[in-house]
Amino acid sequence: MTTYLVTGASLLGSGSGDLLLADGHLGDPADAPPDAVRIDASGLVALPGLVDLHTHLREPGREDAETVESGSRAAARGGFTAVHAMANTEPVADTAGVVEQVWHLGQTAGYCDVRPVGAVTAGLTGQRLAELGAMADSAARVRVFSDDGVCVSDAVLMRRALEYVKAFDGVVAQHAQEPRLTEDAQMNEGTMSGVLGMQGWPAVAEEAIIARDCLLAGHVGSRLHICHVSTAGSVELIRWAKSKGWNVTAEVTPHHLLLTDELVASYDPIYKVNPPLRTADDVEALRAGLADGTIDCVATDHAPHPTEDKECEWAAAAMGMLGLETALSVVQAAMVDTGRLTWAEVADRMSVRPARIGRVSDQGQALETGSPANVVLVDPAATRAVEPADSASLSRNTPFRGMELPGAVVATFLHGRATVLDGKLQ
Amino acid sequence: MKSHLLSTGDLTKGDALRVLDTAAELRSLADRPIKKLPTLRGRTVVNLFFEDSTRTRISFEAAAKRLSADVINFSAKGSSVSKGESLKDTALTLEAMGADAVVIRHGSSGAPHRLASSGWVRSSVINAGDGTHEHPTQALLDAFTMRRHLGDLDGRRVAIVGDVLHSRVARSNALLLSTLGAEVTLVAPPTLLPVGVSSWPVATSYDLDAALEKTDVVMMLRVQRERMNAAFFPSAREYSRRYGLDDRRFARLPDHAIVMHPGPMNRGMEIAANVADSHRSVIVEQVTNGVAVRMAVLYLLLSGADTTEHAAGEPTA
Ligand SMILES: [Zn+2]
Repeated sequence: MTTYLVTGASLLGSGSGDLLLADGHLGDPADAPPDAVRIDASGLVALPGLVDLHTHLREPGREDAETVESGSRAAARGGFTAVHAMANTEPVADTAGVVEQVWHLGQTAGYCDVRPVGAVTAGLTGQRLAELGAMADSAARVRVFSDDGVCVSDAVLMRRALEYVKAFDGVVAQHAQEPRLTEDAQMNEGTMSGVLGMQGWPAVAEEAIIARDCLLAGHVGSRLHICHVSTAGSVELIRWAKSKGWNVTAEVTPHHLLLTDELVASYDPIYKVNPPLRTADDVEALRAGLADGTIDCVATDHAPHPTEDKECEWAAAAMGMLGLETALSVVQAAMVDTGRLTWAEVADRMSVRPARIGRVSDQGQALETGSPANVVLVDPAATRAVEPADSASLSRNTPFRGMELPGAVVATFLHGRATVLDGKLQ
Repeated sequence: MKSHLLSTGDLTKGDALRVLDTAAELRSLADRPIKKLPTLRGRTVVNLFFEDSTRTRISFEAAAKRLSADVINFSAKGSSVSKGESLKDTALTLEAMGADAVVIRHGSSGAPHRLASSGWVRSSVINAGDGTHEHPTQALLDAFTMRRHLGDLDGRRVAIVGDVLHSRVARSNALLLSTLGAEVTLVAPPTLLPVGVSSWPVATSYDLDAALEKTDVVMMLRVQRERMNAAFFPSAREYSRRYGLDDRRFARLPDHAIVMHPGPMNRGMEIAANVADSHRSVIVEQVTNGVAVRMAVLYLLLSGADTTEHAAGEPTA
């Protein structure tokens, strides 16, 4: 295995230091062997490898949109060393067999640690619990459970799921969307939906579920994670739940940190996503929530769709956006370059905390001797125009196409092995 | 004018007046023995209807034919389109046919924008009604009809009554009439006004009786009975009682006020039969004016003209 000596990197964005990556772990740079490959990292920021709590890899079932391999290649290019593969595949990841299959595919691809998410309910139908324990005990060691794509709207089922996963230190990640309030919903309900004549997706449909689930989590003393928080009201509710000492965590997507529902005026379904793009006030509240730690982490909700599912009229289009390869740049634009997060805090929100929420023990560790050698080197001074055709994903549905974004991932190391060097997949 | 007509919000006051003035010239043709103009000879207009609307399609067809354009009716409903052929493939087919203008009716809000901005077609796109978004030519013919009866619309009061939430006619009219200087009041139960309506250039009211006193125009919108199943109102009878234009309310209208309806009407629901058929109802005239307004739109978009001077031209022999 190649040993790397990274020199002159700005560790978590401050000072200058060296990193030795040997045998899958970080070592003392003073012990670097003479044949170590030296990487000049002056001007680059070193962060622990990024961890995504929310990724749609589409395999099994929709290999035309993404595979575990293509999605994990995109992840590596984005600086990720671990992703959580959502359960809404075909078949649904609701048994030990399916989660082990996904886990093995991730191991075989070798671009990042693929941690399968297990479905909360069998077939995502919201009727009865999936075999959560079997998935937890499987080789995939599932700790995050989610019906993402649909909400666990039945309050009793949600309560039981929250209780049940305590047995193996699991967490239920809720896609908060009250179904009746969002039937046929196309976009954020507000000024724009009224003007554009589209069925609205009101903020209250997210907030009502978050409020209920926070109360449930508090009541039964379980771990609750809120997926893709998108409204100012949700941030307030989560802040309140945390102030109660309840075990509630939350994520925000890069697109909800940067884009607003004004973009829907183009009727271009590239901007169609669930939950929908919200208003500038929501974006501001999400940034503030991420900065003060109310929102624990950034998660991509990377959702690949084939061209034909976006090249159509709005109502017929699929919901979702690519996110893995642009996440760090968007966070830099929205949070770092605006002075709201330091790079050390970016490491916290994109690596340390998501790893902790997902109970991924060998990710999100400090850049110190003995830690697993999961490292990303970022050039914060670079800028690039997002070009969909450049993506390692099989899909092209990035809402950031054509935008100038700051920052570039120069290198990604997964357990000491380079998955990306000089910005190129290895 | 731009090369497409997608929303009345895209029209400046000058654009809108140009359409209306052109339509006025063209309408005088309707009274002449020879009704055809050679203006668009050799041009192709495609009526692309993903939703049934015989009235609107026939109106566009008559308008195009009176300008001597070739007309292709492409009724996508029940054809391959509804079986999964995409909007894109249909558009590419039309492009291959050499369509100069595509008149599109679609159930999805924004489908005409998609067609116009996607690069799939080079033709002018005319929105003939998209989902619950807009129906610009309906608003133009409504404004045209109002002007014939009331003159300049500046300062005129228009009450638009009914299911504003789901009405493309209401959206297009609200934007166009306020551009033309009219004072628009949307009257509906709170459930049928869109969230965010306060940002529109209109007033709103839940009280039809209060709005009727001083209005110059009352435009009744079609209300689907099925809306009561989604709890927008308790029953057709209660809706009718609170928001219907019945004989009693009709009697309280100012003498000069006109009654409009984009059709098709639910007689006895939003409008009483007597009112629909009264001398102050201009509902039938709206249909006639529709052809003239659509001729004006096709003419202005396709002939590249930005003045009305030669609009009427000479009738063909
Ligand atoms: Zn989701």
